[in-house]
Amino acid sequence: MSTPLSWYLILAAALFSIGLFGVLSRKNAIAILLGVELMLNAVNINLVAFWRYLDPAKMTGQVFAIIVFAVAAAEVAVGLALIISVYRSRKTVVADEIDLMKW
Amino acid sequence: MTADQIIFLLCAALILGSALMTVTTRKLIHAALWLVAALFGVAILFAILQAGFLAVVQVVVYIGAIAILFIFAVMLTRRVVLDKGQQTRSNWWIPALLGLLILGGLVFLILGQPDFGRTAVEMPTGVDTLRNLGTALVSPDAFVLPFEVASILLLAALVGAVYIATGNKE
Amino acid sequence: MIFLNDPINFLDGWIRGLLTGLGLPDSLTTVIIYFIGITGLIVFAMVLDIFLVWVERKVVARFQDRLGPNRIGPFGLIQPFADIIKLIIKEDITPAGADKLLYNLGPVLAIASVIILWAILPLSRKIFGVDLNVAVLYLVAAGALGTLSVIVGGWASNNKYALLGAFRMVANMISYEVPMVVALLIPTILADTMSVQGITQAQSGMWFAILSPLALIIFLISAIAELGRSPFDLNEAESEIVAGFHIEYTGMKFGLFYAGELLHAFTFGGFIAVLFFGGYGGFFGLEKIPFFSWLNNPFIQAVVFLAKAMFGYWVIMWIKYSMPRIRIDHMLAFNWKFLTPLSLVVLVNTAILSKVLAGLPNWEYVAGMFFSNIVIGFITVEILRAYGRKQRKAEMNLSPQSAHNQERTV
Repeated sequence: MSTPLSWYLILAAALFSIGLFGVLSRKNAIAILLGVELMLNAVNINLVAFWRYLDPAKMTGQVFAIIVFAVAAAEVAVGLALIISVYRSRKTVVADEIDLMKW
Repeated sequence: MTADQIIFLLCAALILGSALMTVTTRKLIHAALWLVAALFGVAILFAILQAGFLAVVQVVVYIGAIAILFIFAVMLTRRVVLDKGQQTRSNWWIPALLGLLILGGLVFLILGQPDFGRTAVEMPTGVDTLRNLGTALVSPDAFVLPFEVASILLLAALVGAVYIATGNKE
Repeated sequence: MIFLNDPINFLDGWIRGLLTGLGLPDSLTTVIIYFIGITGLIVFAMVLDIFLVWVERKVVARFQDRLGPNRIGPFGLIQPFADIIKLIIKEDITPAGADKLLYNLGPVLAIASVIILWAILPLSRKIFGVDLNVAVLYLVAAGALGTLSVIVGGWASNNKYALLGAFRMVANMISYEVPMVVALLIPTILADTMSVQGITQAQSGMWFAILSPLALIIFLISAIAELGRSPFDLNEAESEIVAGFHIEYTGMKFGLFYAGELLHAFTFGGFIAVLFFGGYGGFFGLEKIPFFSWLNNPFIQAVVFLAKAMFGYWVIMWIKYSMPRIRIDHMLAFNWKFLTPLSLVVLVNTAILSKVLAGLPNWEYVAGMFFSNIVIGFITVEILRAYGRKQRKAEMNLSPQSAHNQERTV
């Protein structure tokens, strides 16, 4: 394992900024969720890299990463259910067009 | 340039390339599949970091469930077969600038810490990470409380998603 | 170490000596040896696949009381080669409007998701790809990749029947992953490890099929549903939606889907053998007797494993060719309302009993686990019978006769 820790952290930072760009610049609501997934993966890379490089005997990093998996799965499930439900009533998934609370 | 540095750079190229394609491609189905490639790259990275269980769970949970959910959602919410028009907002350069600024700030912070340039500690021998992980998740003086809260969260998400997705059946 | 006792290490040492003698650095030699190993394993799997085409056609013929291919070669053994040549020389059509990259990616993903399973299949104590300590979860992950291939193939065909078949098959595969994972946890608990080598070693005293027959049944049913074979083959229901998600695939691309499905079935037969029937070992302690020490030979163990895998594959084929197809809503209801709760009950039972009975001598442990499974099975059957009785009574009360009478009084 001769790669320095900073390489992993820079990779995670780059993945995070790409995810951020995806969230802020896409029109389709599903594409925004794709960006959120990229950001969550960047966080996971950070956690596991720190776990491996600092103290592999303690399990804190891996447990945290597993909780992030669970939270990401829950969030995607509910988010996509919401998007499909909105599509059914409004017939659109473009984020700009979903701007009325009640019709 | 040792062998594992080369492998890391190839893996990083896969992840970042797929992530860029995810956020810039025009067809949404292709974006979902590029996400699958990026997630697979992250799984390879976990395997390089000797977190084998996390690598396999990444494939099972992210690729096997979340990515499939995305693909289903894309297929169920399309009005036209081909995605026409621009997929990014007209002021896309602002998020790009913001992303670059954040990346620059983070890289500056990371390179500023001399301690982050270290190489990995040796994996302690005789440590069975899988068994330790299992014990840590259910032992009361480790992480059983976050584990139980996460399972309640998943239950809530399950019930909520089923209720929202089935809609109102009068 | 001579070749017969330890083939992989022997070959490794020999090739390494050869290559370092030519002056190559050590890391490059390791990479080359890995590539040779991977290629050898894939070649073995694909050659086995060709043989499986013949086995499938002969077995289905015998189940249907006919002979099967017997013209080409002795017993029709050259038939698969004729099939392959036919598929290769067929016209390769890409439908109009199909997504070219995804259309070609579908069959590749389908066969790749099966071949990666051969990395963990333990052919013997000394012949295996890699001894992962999370091998059981790796099996589930490979199933997830197979699901991806179905949906890519169905979408890229630009055909609503293909998409419908792909949706149904993916709903099927994802739903049946849940009881499969729970059923896979039971050998993990009994063997105290997720590695397939460890599970095989732990069965040297008693097969897990005897310790937990319900787990075997649940895993068998979920495996057949994962494979998409009859009776769960609504994706390629020839009488309903033509050929499901591979309707638009011609020639060798269809051949890859078909061969991938057969190899997947055989691989699952292999996993049933490893997880429940003792894999390459499981001789109930017979191999410790000096007279039977040849049972420890890697090649004999590989033959034993392949024989057990072929038996598992035969059971899967038997079920395929004897049962009618199940409707999609029945399939999903069966999974979520019956199989998942049952598998959870069996899991809790196994987890508790394996700790409670831990100290007892071997026969009492085996008897305890076996009878607990019988009790759970009996209770399940009784619940199903009561439920069936209630439904029949409800149907009789709502029969056309009484409904007609009720309408008249209004």
